[in-house]
Amino acid sequence: MMNHSQSTGADYNYTIVRQFALTTVLWGIVGMAVGVLIAAQLIWPQLNFETPWLTFSRLRPLHTNAVIFAFGTSALFATSYYVVQRTCQIRLFAPKLAAFTFWGWQAVIIAAAITLPMGYTQGKEYAELEWPIDIAIAVIWVSYAIVFFGTIAKRTTSHIYVANWFFGAFIITVAVLHIVNSMAVPVSLFKSYSLYSGAVDAMVQWWYGHNAVGFLLTAGFLGMMYYFVPKQAGRPVYSYRLSIVHFWALIALYIWAGPHHLHYTALPDWTQSLGMVMSLILFAPSWGGMINGIMTLSGAWHKLRTDPVLRFLVVSLSFYGMSTFEGPMMAIKTVNALSHYTDWTVGHVHSGALGWVAMVSIGSLYHLVPVLFGHGRMFSTSLVNVHFWLATIGTVLYIVSMWISGVMQGLMWRAVNSDGTLTYSFVESLEASYPFYFVRFLGGCFFLTGMLIMAYNVLRTVKAPKDSLPALAEA
Amino acid sequence: MDYGTFQGILTIIVMVTFVGIFYWAYSKHSKSKFDEAANLVFSEEELAKMSKDSGDQK
Repeated sequence: MMNHSQSTGADYNYTIVRQFALTTVLWGIVGMAVGVLIAAQLIWPQLNFETPWLTFSRLRPLHTNAVIFAFGTSALFATSYYVVQRTCQIRLFAPKLAAFTFWGWQAVIIAAAITLPMGYTQGKEYAELEWPIDIAIAVIWVSYAIVFFGTIAKRTTSHIYVANWFFGAFIITVAVLHIVNSMAVPVSLFKSYSLYSGAVDAMVQWWYGHNAVGFLLTAGFLGMMYYFVPKQAGRPVYSYRLSIVHFWALIALYIWAGPHHLHYTALPDWTQSLGMVMSLILFAPSWGGMINGIMTLSGAWHKLRTDPVLRFLVVSLSFYGMSTFEGPMMAIKTVNALSHYTDWTVGHVHSGALGWVAMVSIGSLYHLVPVLFGHGRMFSTSLVNVHFWLATIGTVLYIVSMWISGVMQGLMWRAVNSDGTLTYSFVESLEASYPFYFVRFLGGCFFLTGMLIMAYNVLRTVKAPKDSLPALAEA
Repeated sequence: MDYGTFQGILTIIVMVTFVGIFYWAYSKHSKSKFDEAANLVFSEEELAKMSKDSGDQK
């Protein structure tokens, strides 16, 4: 494993990066454990123990919020603060404000973990948190923007490296999305009503929802990819030109794709068609990024044989390519007529969330942790390898079971007898899904086990005596 | 100006902008600057090697 040489970054602010890196692992385990629990509840409903705050309806938003905003966003905080310092070759701007973003973000996570199980919700997917927490998020996010762009402004390099473009677009757009979609009229401390109504409310929500996918879960993690893939592969990005073209194409197109979440609803038909066409075109810039990442390895493929960290990064790009092919396809109205409201959607989301977002974060963390704690490598490279296989097998089990279950549900729901009555009742389709729910649960257990192994490995690396973990000779 | 004309003009502006970005990114003029930028990822390592040319286990 190369490139883990001790950094000269004594004058960089690594404290904040260390904090966010470690909480990424912690919240990843918490969020995924809740995911495994609710997957189990779908097979064994009695696992809610007849307790309101343990019901699927309250834990599901807790799971999504925990993995997206606690795990994923902590990973983005850690890597963006690290990358912006290293590529601008300057210490982080406003260190106290940066510390505020860490403690503030942890407070938001705790508040979410308390209020969501209690049932306080705005009822908007991925934007469930009530208005006081929304305001706190907006304040922290603006502070994040000040720290990040302040660092770029005082950089000592003449160029702004492409990873920072992606991080910057992610920070600005998430601020706009969050503030616009969270506009609400509070009626009490824990209850508010959206400022929008009817089809407009739905459109604003999915403009937010899909761009949370496009900017938080895509642009942000592409920023991560553009630093850690070249770094771990030991060669510069395949085409810097392609990175610029696909950056502008990606951010210009994503913003229009939201209506594909509202096919065959009260949304005007032309809006649905527009959303579908924009989603289809989005395939091009998405694959631009995927190809650029994977081709960075050309001439260095042999490193995949020995370096499980690089394997994490490259497989994450493969899953990214897969889900950004699947996404445009599912946005086609006729395909959506089959896939919508079925488990196929859930499978698609997790192909992106586990395969792309989680695996690129895990790979980046395995690169980052030794550097941050002054070691040449992780405590155990073979445990990284074990984690890699658990994560890959877990993801594949998850998405394949959901594909089969989803297509089956779609076909059963639309089947009609010759006299026009439905062939199957809803419960019959649910019963048919049970075996696949079990496979999904199994996949989740694999993935979670991998995360626990990672936690052990990270802990041993952090606690290791100085110079006890030298970088391995390059294969 | 009616809505159709407005949309048409907007489409042309967006198209010209995209072609402009494409042209700029692939022009010879930008090549050396981009190479330099692409290597920002590694500049840290070179500094490290220069400052403590030892202890490297490679």
